[in-house]
Amino acid sequence: MNHTISVLVENRLGVLARVSGLFSGRGYNIDSLCVGETDDPMISRMTIVTHGDNKIIEQIEKQLNKLIDVIKVMDVTKEDHVERELVLIKVGVDEGQRGKILEIVEIFRGKVIDVSPKTITVEITGDEGKINGITEMLKPFGVKELVRTGKVAVVRGEK
Amino acid sequence: MKYTGAQILIESLIREGADTIFGYPGGVLLPIFDVLYDAKINFILVRHEQGAAHAADGYSRSTNKVGVCMATSGPGATNLITGIATAYMDSIPMVIITGQVLTTMIGNDAFQEADIIGITRPIVKHSYLLKDVADIARVVKEAFHIASTGRPGPVLVDIPKDISTETMSSPNYSKKVDIRSYNPTCLGHPMQIKKAINAIASSKKPIIYSGGGILSSNAAEELQKFVDITGIPVTSTLLGLGGFPGTHPLFLGMLGMHGTKYANYAITNADLVIAIGARFDDRVTGKIDEFVPKATVIHIDVDPASISKNVHAHIPIVGDAKCILQQLNKEAIPPKINDWIEQIEQWKKEYPLGYKKSGKLKPQFVVEKIYEVTGGNAIITTEVGQNQMWAAQYYKFDYPRSFLSSGGLGTMGYGFPAAIGAQVANPDMVVFDIAGDGSFQMNIQELATAIQYNLPVNVAILNNHNLGMVRQWQELFFNKRYSHTSMTVQPDFVKVAEAYGAEGIRVETEEEVVPALKRAISSKKPVVLDFWVEEEENVFPMVPAGASLTQMIEGMA
Ligand SMILES: Cc1ncc(C[n+]2csc(CCOP(=O)(O)OP(=O)(O)O)c2C)c(N)n1
Repeated sequence: MNHTISVLVENRLGVLARVSGLFSGRGYNIDSLCVGETDDPMISRMTIVTHGDNKIIEQIEKQLNKLIDVIKVMDVTKEDHVERELVLIKVGVDEGQRGKILEIVEIFRGKVIDVSPKTITVEITGDEGKINGITEMLKPFGVKELVRTGKVAVVRGEK
Repeated sequence: MKYTGAQILIESLIREGADTIFGYPGGVLLPIFDVLYDAKINFILVRHEQGAAHAADGYSRSTNKVGVCMATSGPGATNLITGIATAYMDSIPMVIITGQVLTTMIGNDAFQEADIIGITRPIVKHSYLLKDVADIARVVKEAFHIASTGRPGPVLVDIPKDISTETMSSPNYSKKVDIRSYNPTCLGHPMQIKKAINAIASSKKPIIYSGGGILSSNAAEELQKFVDITGIPVTSTLLGLGGFPGTHPLFLGMLGMHGTKYANYAITNADLVIAIGARFDDRVTGKIDEFVPKATVIHIDVDPASISKNVHAHIPIVGDAKCILQQLNKEAIPPKINDWIEQIEQWKKEYPLGYKKSGKLKPQFVVEKIYEVTGGNAIITTEVGQNQMWAAQYYKFDYPRSFLSSGGLGTMGYGFPAAIGAQVANPDMVVFDIAGDGSFQMNIQELATAIQYNLPVNVAILNNHNLGMVRQWQELFFNKRYSHTSMTVQPDFVKVAEAYGAEGIRVETEEEVVPALKRAISSKKPVVLDFWVEEEENVFPMVPAGASLTQMIEGMA
């Protein structure tokens, strides 16, 4: 099962290497990894999507916690949470299909951010279902490039 | 007044209580060595940086203080790697200072540049690259704190040359450490303690499985009290030896691959396993599915990641072994286990540890005599291989910190420099490195260090003219195809010792053993004892890798 693990770390040189090195050194998978500063510039948040059985996920959490630069680890999958990912999709367009593509983009509430005579680039934000949905719909037109940010997540409510 | 980074570094080390640095100089360390020229700190110049790391490790294991070693950038730093990894695997508190090229040169493939922070990342508890002279005092303070608290381990501090020459006027030697992301747990959770007390009280076949954590948390006294109260027998891992008296009637010796039969039977049949500061290593558990099949497991460990990693813990207790044993000792109710103790006594009688005498000198005999002659009042280090296992089996370790051995990494070449470190820290103790002829040659150059600093360490080579442990596996599991394990060419160890200015004694018969040991102990010089032992002797009992603990091979028959 996929787990989204949210990790607060000291915003220091080498932190990313320590975290990613832990995953590679112990043979854990990283499906996606997203890093950015928090409201406190001294602290960064990493959102890591990984998979494995419960034992592995438990080890991942514990091993992350052992890193000195890690402040907090939370498996948000266990909580009521919201996940989002941003994707840029460049689609090839043949004459006459532009309308159909725009219609799909509209339905998924995407945004067209670039057009050229032969391509349309779409920005779409959403959870996994939505992203997979639009990707499937656009595939027949010829997806030239697909760029994903990796997931970010936040727990609902006050927690 | 202005202070250089180098001055601040050394002052910081002294303020942390470091009295000795094991190290080796080099270009980028020159400003630091200039300070060391007349600093109030002992410096031991080793002959290879690996020796410095192991010596700092031996210093630490024999005292429970933080060991300190130092090496130059590039090759000096990379030579430390095996020593750092050894300390990491066995959770030994160490601070490693490495020189680095100028901050402006880092990343340029400068002369003697190595990304030592990157190279050591998986084998340190933490590391720092200093980039500002103003950080030195704080970083050194943090390094000692991190190395020595929680689950201890090595911490590396990389200091570029320009940082050691930069100056500042009022270094900030703060008294306390504040790392918001690092707060190791000491006390066990009261609920878990309660559960453990109940499980202990109602157990019928309990056993304590104690590990190196007893030593790192200084909990030997508390463990003994716990056993006094509960009457529960104790088996120990290799690293736990000395954490509970080897001569105590409730001690079952080491468990696992080369453990005693009775320890392995006892733990397999136990209904309650109390693991304290041990991590269920595969050399201990054998086939994991058949390890402690009937038991409730209480696992006490300061590192939450060790708990339920290999074996499920029914009652996990995170915290320091000493604190938790104190908590348990307040409330423990002794279980009724007379039948169990009787059963164990039966096993002890039925399956004693032993070896067959032949006409030739036996390595086990040598170890027994080292125990008798020292009365157990010695620090024993070992190399890796058969020598290590015989030392663990046939010497009775009654005192904490009397047995220093590379358990997790299994580093040949550890024992001799570790003995040097232990001797530096304990000038009045008798120190023996129980060695193999292969292992000793891995850091034999440190004889010069021992001579230079008048360290009367003793090396007892159990010389079987083979890489014995590997040869044993080839004999047992590879059809006696002895592929490259015979050391047909070997130096004359007596002459080597003498060439360095040490004493060398060759021993080939049983009668010569005790006089030679006595001679070694009374000598003020380092002594290399070259015991020519039975070449094909094997370590038994033995649980083949991957077999269950009760499937022991026995060599006596
Ligand atoms: C640095 C290192 N290299 C290789 C090994 C693998 N190894 C384990 S035991 C052993 C043989 C040790 O021979 P010796 O030191 O003569 O000791 P003996 O087993 O004969 O007592 C070897 C090669 C190791 N543990 N460490």
